[in-house]
Amino acid sequence: MARFPRLLKTEQPLHRPLTWGDALALLLVVVLIYVGVRLAFGAPVVVEGPTISLRPTALPWYAVLSVGRMLAAYALSMLFCLVYGRWAAYDRRAESVLIPLLDVLQSVPILSFLPVVLLSLSAILPEKVAAELASIVLIFTSQAWNLTFAWYQSLKTIPQELREAGTIFRFNGWLRFKALELPFAAISLIWNSMMSWAGGWFFLMAAEIFTVGQRDFRLPGLGAYLQEAANQGDVGAILWGVAALVLVVVALDQLVWRPLLAWSDRFKLEMVEGEEPPASWFHDAVRQSRLADWFARAVWHPISERLDGYLVRRFPARGASPQGQRRAPWGSFVVLGIAAAALLYGAYRAALLLLAVPPVQWLHILEGVGATLLRVGVALTVALAWTIPVGVAIGTNRRIAAWLQPIVQIAASVPATALFPVLVLALIGASGGLEVAAVLLMLMGTQWYLLFNIIAGASAIPQDLRYTTTLLGLGRWERWRTLILPALFPYIITGAITASGGAWNASIVAEHVEFAGRTLKTIGIGALIAESTGTGNYPLLLAATLSMVFAVVLINRLVWRRFYRLAEERYRME
Amino acid sequence: MATNGYLLELQHISQYYGSGSRQFIAVEDVNLALREGEFVALLGPSGCGKSTLLRIIAGLQRPSGGVVLYRGAPLQGVNPHAAIVFQTFALFPWLTVLDNVAVALKARGVPEPIRTTRAVDLLDRVGLDGFETAYPRELSGGMRQKVGFARAMAVEPELLCMDEPFSALDVLSAEALRGELLELWTSGSIPTRAILMVTHNIEEAVFMADRIVVMEKDPGRVVAELAVPLPQPRQRKTPDFLKVVDEVYGILAGQTQPEHVELGSAPGEPGRTRALPHVTVNQLAGLLEHLAEAPGNRADLYRLTEDLKVDSDRLLMLTEACELLGFATVDKGDIMLTPLGETFAEASILARKEIFRARIRRLPLFRWLFALLRASGQKLQSEVVKTALELEFPPEEAERQLDTIINWGRYSELLAYDDSDERIYLEPADAAAATEKVA
Repeated sequence: MARFPRLLKTEQPLHRPLTWGDALALLLVVVLIYVGVRLAFGAPVVVEGPTISLRPTALPWYAVLSVGRMLAAYALSMLFCLVYGRWAAYDRRAESVLIPLLDVLQSVPILSFLPVVLLSLSAILPEKVAAELASIVLIFTSQAWNLTFAWYQSLKTIPQELREAGTIFRFNGWLRFKALELPFAAISLIWNSMMSWAGGWFFLMAAEIFTVGQRDFRLPGLGAYLQEAANQGDVGAILWGVAALVLVVVALDQLVWRPLLAWSDRFKLEMVEGEEPPASWFHDAVRQSRLADWFARAVWHPISERLDGYLVRRFPARGASPQGQRRAPWGSFVVLGIAAAALLYGAYRAALLLLAVPPVQWLHILEGVGATLLRVGVALTVALAWTIPVGVAIGTNRRIAAWLQPIVQIAASVPATALFPVLVLALIGASGGLEVAAVLLMLMGTQWYLLFNIIAGASAIPQDLRYTTTLLGLGRWERWRTLILPALFPYIITGAITASGGAWNASIVAEHVEFAGRTLKTIGIGALIAESTGTGNYPLLLAATLSMVFAVVLINRLVWRRFYRLAEERYRME
Repeated sequence: MATNGYLLELQHISQYYGSGSRQFIAVEDVNLALREGEFVALLGPSGCGKSTLLRIIAGLQRPSGGVVLYRGAPLQGVNPHAAIVFQTFALFPWLTVLDNVAVALKARGVPEPIRTTRAVDLLDRVGLDGFETAYPRELSGGMRQKVGFARAMAVEPELLCMDEPFSALDVLSAEALRGELLELWTSGSIPTRAILMVTHNIEEAVFMADRIVVMEKDPGRVVAELAVPLPQPRQRKTPDFLKVVDEVYGILAGQTQPEHVELGSAPGEPGRTRALPHVTVNQLAGLLEHLAEAPGNRADLYRLTEDLKVDSDRLLMLTEACELLGFATVDKGDIMLTPLGETFAEASILARKEIFRARIRRLPLFRWLFALLRASGQKLQSEVVKTALELEFPPEEAERQLDTIINWGRYSELLAYDDSDERIYLEPADAAAATEKVA
């Protein structure tokens, strides 16, 4: 059970005070969205979607397509992470802008970008390419930030003496990266990659099924397959689709992530042997295989040896003192000046476009944000109501954990957005069906974060304290009040922060649905964004997207961070 | 350029941190020279800048002022002829013992077969044969440091720098390792020309070094240099050895100054603000009780480290606190209880608090804080106090000062501190007394 505390701990520097960097970062986001919306003006009015085959034999190909998109986005995220994180960690001046920017980007509801990205890309690229690229960009935006934070945080926390050892023994840049930085960050990067993939599925499925009005942006893949199956009410195909999706997710977990985790155990920094190292049957099998052994000895080792030798000779360690600071040349000031001017101009144009939004629509936006906020609140409350008792039961009772844990993990591995069309199919008859379906989607997307965090929190309650409450003869309620709830508090908060972010995201797909030729919608900011995408009301699209971004960032700052601080300072069991 | 026969020479080295009114001196005007064949110990209490000096010498850090000459030439960047043995070993946990040594050779472009042979040979020499494929976490502290030594030797440094190399080890491992290192050094079987060891352990310095450079803090500076004219191997119990140890204690513990010098001045006033030694009242009481039972209420400081099983650094800090509070005086490496200290040691819990209260009211730092609290008439954010302290101390030191102030203040029941909102305030009784006084 040791996996959970690491898995879901946010890497954000939550104690960071607001700085001018934050303002700049927000401004940058505004301008970015504006540029997207501006490009979208030229988007085609009608976008033809693909035909989705419901034959089960088509599933392997769809699975390959979906995984391919994930892989492409992940590669992009990794590349971005390594470059951006390093830059932020080693350049003080850049850090003061890069980190707030990352922080804002991370707390922004990513799905709200989807319409803007789709429209702007389809304006400049062929439709099919645009949709593919948009899905990759979307997944990238869901994967990159936490990876980057993990890498940045690792670089910042490498013990000084290890760094100095690298310097005094004259490691060059490559060797420092390979022997010090990458191994030090490995575990954190792998955990965050797992998290990124789990999140990525959610967004991929949303991107694959996105369609508004005349614009059908669907992509052939597992998500579209499930949606088509639900559209046609084909229960057999739904079951096939869900099975394929679960199979892919479980296979990736067993054949990629578990082995990687088991392998990465060697990179842990603690100088004591852990009691329960992560295990993986696949990793063990590979380690014992002759083929892998031969590959390591005859292929991998000589190649890496050659590469190291070449790079060490080619780029010797610089003799200059690490503290030597160069002054910024004039050129960089000029570039900065141009960038600042462009930013201000962009902000000005964005403001002009926003002014074109009539007051009535602003009222709609306000109403939408309120409605969605309410929905998020309901989803969170329901999630808390069931995850706290169940989480504590799993976390404190080994017997229950033994059979419940695997079930929970499989259930959690299915991206909620994939099941959404199915949900709509089931609820479409009932009155307020979409309303219930929307809250359910938010719930499905968010409850697992909470549950896993609560399990972790419950299993971290020291045995001594539990004995003490028993010895003191505390009643059930007293025990919850004095021990269990305070001990869980930090975990609940950490889980709730992630969960509420997920719920806001879900609103884009949940509040406005094209189902079997009908359009279903409810009041909400997500519905407004989707609708303005469909009708091509670009000022409204910009206003609604920005409003959602600001609402979420504001709630993060004003509510969650305060709770988080309180949790960190008062209720940590350390 | 003339080399003067020195391997290494420091000329007027200083290191400052921060800028403007918040500038702190970590190291001030240090002059030091190392000859070939010398083993020099840099000895001083924690915070005296000795580790900073070591990093400057190795070229990891550029000094704010002064020149480092290596073989007569000014040092540019990392010193290619130096290696460091670190206090925390600084081994890469993900590399095997062999790879930890080999990676130092790899970085210098030594190709594969030669690299492994040399690393294995070095590990043999430090007695780690058989452990080549082990990971550092599987080894004991002593063995880890042996890997640290082997790695340092691998690059055949002329100058071996050691940063408290034995202080993270248990007593027995440290002792064994000291002996083995001295044997390698005195037998001349390693190409190292000079060793510089940073330590706060007085006995260790006297046991190993040819020359001891004694440093003091606030600001970090060299206060004395003395040669250790004893042949190797040295015996700890011989009168000659003890004489040198006592001499060093005499230098480091100093002599109790007249009260106004001991107390220093308040923050913001001219003169140096005396930093509170970081000891808890419990530790202080423990030392006083021990002294009260000693014959003549006095003890030899060096003996005390053995009797109380504390290291010399901590003991010097405790001694400083005793002097500051007037509980004991120090003279020529001996510590003596004052009548006040004796009373304290024998008093009840409440009476102890009474005495302690009276004493800390005299300290300028506390007087200043009480005045500040009375003037504001309310609870003060600890951040505010810390910021004010940062005018006198570097940020981390200000933080520690605040911790000590709160610890002492709480014990004496003069100050209260609310952890939930991080505010400091006068205990109600004292606040009332304060207002009366004002009225």
